[in-house]
Amino acid sequence: MGIVNRGFRGRRSQAGAETVPPGQYLVNDFPVLTAGPTPLVDLDAWDFTVVDETGAQAARWTWSEFRALPAEDITTDIHCVTKWSKLSTRWRGVSVDTLLDGIETSTEYVVAFAAGDYTTNLPLADVIDGQAWVTFAYDGIDLEAEHGGPARLLVPHLYLWKSAKWVRGLRLLDEDEPGFWESLGYHNYGDPWREQRYWGD
Amino acid sequence: MRWSVATVAETVPQSAEVVSLYLDVVDWPGHLAGQHVDVRLTAQDGYSAQRSYSIASPPGAERLELTVARLDDGEVSPYLTTDLDVGDQLEVRGPIGGYFVWDAADTRPVLLVGGGLGVVPLMAMLRLHAALNHDGAMRLVYSTRTRRQILYRDEFDRLDSERRAVTVTLTRDDDPDWSGRLGRVNRQLLCEAGWSPDVEPRCFVCGPTPFVEAVANALVALGHKPDNIKAERFGPTAGD
Repeated sequence: MGIVNRGFRGRRSQAGAETVPPGQYLVNDFPVLTAGPTPLVDLDAWDFTVVDETGAQAARWTWSEFRALPAEDITTDIHCVTKWSKLSTRWRGVSVDTLLDGIETSTEYVVAFAAGDYTTNLPLADVIDGQAWVTFAYDGIDLEAEHGGPARLLVPHLYLWKSAKWVRGLRLLDEDEPGFWESLGYHNYGDPWREQRYWGD
Repeated sequence: MRWSVATVAETVPQSAEVVSLYLDVVDWPGHLAGQHVDVRLTAQDGYSAQRSYSIASPPGAERLELTVARLDDGEVSPYLTTDLDVGDQLEVRGPIGGYFVWDAADTRPVLLVGGGLGVVPLMAMLRLHAALNHDGAMRLVYSTRTRRQILYRDEFDRLDSERRAVTVTLTRDDDPDWSGRLGRVNRQLLCEAGWSPDVEPRCFVCGPTPFVEAVANALVALGHKPDNIKAERFGPTAGD
């Protein structure tokens, strides 16, 4: 049972509003939400690594090696836990399937790690089969630093904090391990359609 | 996290566009300085909209204070700032956010840098500092456009003390009577009104995205460690 705010009508004429998850509203710009300063990333020192469940490095790419991998265009809606959603955003990136290709594992979890010790945890099943990418371009141009450039994870079916900015690699884990926001009150899984914003949702 | 019913106990205009709402919340679990809440408004036909607002009241305050700016094309803020009356009810849930918080057990110097409405969560920190008569030193650098848009001005006069310094700078000089600082928050102002990186202050920066980007970058350039800088950004739409 909720309460009714007399006189409140809201803005329901938004085009496309029927396609956003509960509690979200549409924006046309691209808000930035980051917990600290925007890091400056040196491409010469950049690498992307996959670490297996034993802690061993299973794969590594320098920036030029990463950019030589097959890339694809992605057009998708994105949903931030702070309530905004943006429709039909255009990205270009390397599928996580490509990055995990040839790596034998029986683990069920993965942690994405990024600049500034940021981490976010995901079930492995949520980043494979064409559901996640390491992106390097947004709307036709190189991904800007404030949006996570040079490279950002994109897992659009979960709230956007799972799409780690300045991502540097994936660590495979036998046991789930809550990441940065997941340890600070935000939901462990983060499905926008089930409105899993916070602990207990 | 469940929704609670909040009753409006008082509304206080802070400027032409900004209103503080003082709420009585049933079973409020308490919060930390810097956290925010989600507010949900529901129309008669069941349509609802949610937004997040920073908490201005310090932990332990009798009432939850949210300070909201009216955005004319906003969906929720016009209702909160104009339509809401004392005695009205709305739904809130929180507190939310465990990172942009000042831990009063930490005795290191603190630098708060707020742009516009970004001063709101910093007020919770400043007020907590005062309520505890805290031994550490806290400095607030607050930028707003015009003198009339300074929020909490009278309270700054009361809070300003040996261990709490408040510096206000106006980015648009429209008032000949203003004898304080003018111009944007830049490295020079952060040097003069902030702290040396040598004392490793905890820095909290809150405001619109371009403000936070500029201030956080300036702090890093001055030698502050990125780990010591916590930021809260709101976009043109995100504060709606």
